[in-house]
Amino acid sequence: MTPDDGRPLSRSHRNHVSYIDKSREFYAAHGYDEPYRWATNTSAPFTPLTKPLSACTVGLVTTSGIHADDKPADAAPPLPKRSYTWPTTPPPKRMFTADLSWDKQATHTDDVETFLPIQRLRELEADGRIGRLADRFYGVPTEYSQRRTGLDCERIERWCREDDVDVVLLIPL
Amino acid sequence: MSLVARHLEAAGLPTVVIGSARDIVEQCAVPRFLFVDYPLGNPCGKPDDVENQRAIVGMGFDVLGRAFAPQTTVQAPFVWSEDNSWRDHYMAVDPGELDRLRAAGEARRHERAQNKIRFAAAD
Repeated sequence: MTPDDGRPLSRSHRNHVSYIDKSREFYAAHGYDEPYRWATNTSAPFTPLTKPLSACTVGLVTTSGIHADDKPADAAPPLPKRSYTWPTTPPPKRMFTADLSWDKQATHTDDVETFLPIQRLRELEADGRIGRLADRFYGVPTEYSQRRTGLDCERIERWCREDDVDVVLLIPL
Repeated sequence: MSLVARHLEAAGLPTVVIGSARDIVEQCAVPRFLFVDYPLGNPCGKPDDVENQRAIVGMGFDVLGRAFAPQTTVQAPFVWSEDNSWRDHYMAVDPGELDRLRAAGEARRHERAQNKIRFAAAD
């Protein structure tokens, strides 16, 4: 694999894109003096899986939002910049992603399965690979205060408990 | 999102993150991470490529089922394209555009300040 100019793929730096470096340079050019302070930890919690995946209810968390024109039949539409729940049946045909940072030049988000894979999860459910997909998925907006993120964490945990979720798949765009 | 994974895991729910921003997720440190080296936007597979999507989501569950320690990263064995130019193009700062970018930043800061007033009233 070679880049445009025919040089071999460089090994002088990490192959994967450093979004921390990119965003620092990008926002500095926009006149933001203080670089964004990304969450930093040196360790992570760990809960071993104690039952087979084939017996697990799977919860799904997305950073995408509900499209403004997709209103629930019996409830108010989710507020912008608030965590929310939404039914997994029927799977949404579109999601609102325009406000998120993703590569709008290289790709698109018209195929919802590329970031909210409800139909793929239904197939795994049919194959017996997972027990079942929970009846709702959960949305968590990004880019705001730590206080709000903490509140979102608690709300999503509560929703997972209500839905008897055993394991959680989290997919940031 | 990584903070949500850490919270749920600490509360006793095993989690796996599927994502494409490797440095951001690993700096936050999550229990299990399937890294998909694609442009941001399609961590679960290429658009309209059901086989690719199925492979990636299935691999997410492999990581969930088999990781034995926190901060496990597995890289999905797929490349976006032979052409790697997307890596350089994303968020690229063109030196000839600096004035325009700074003006866009000013406009954004103004809009944010207005929104802050509006959201504070709604809270």
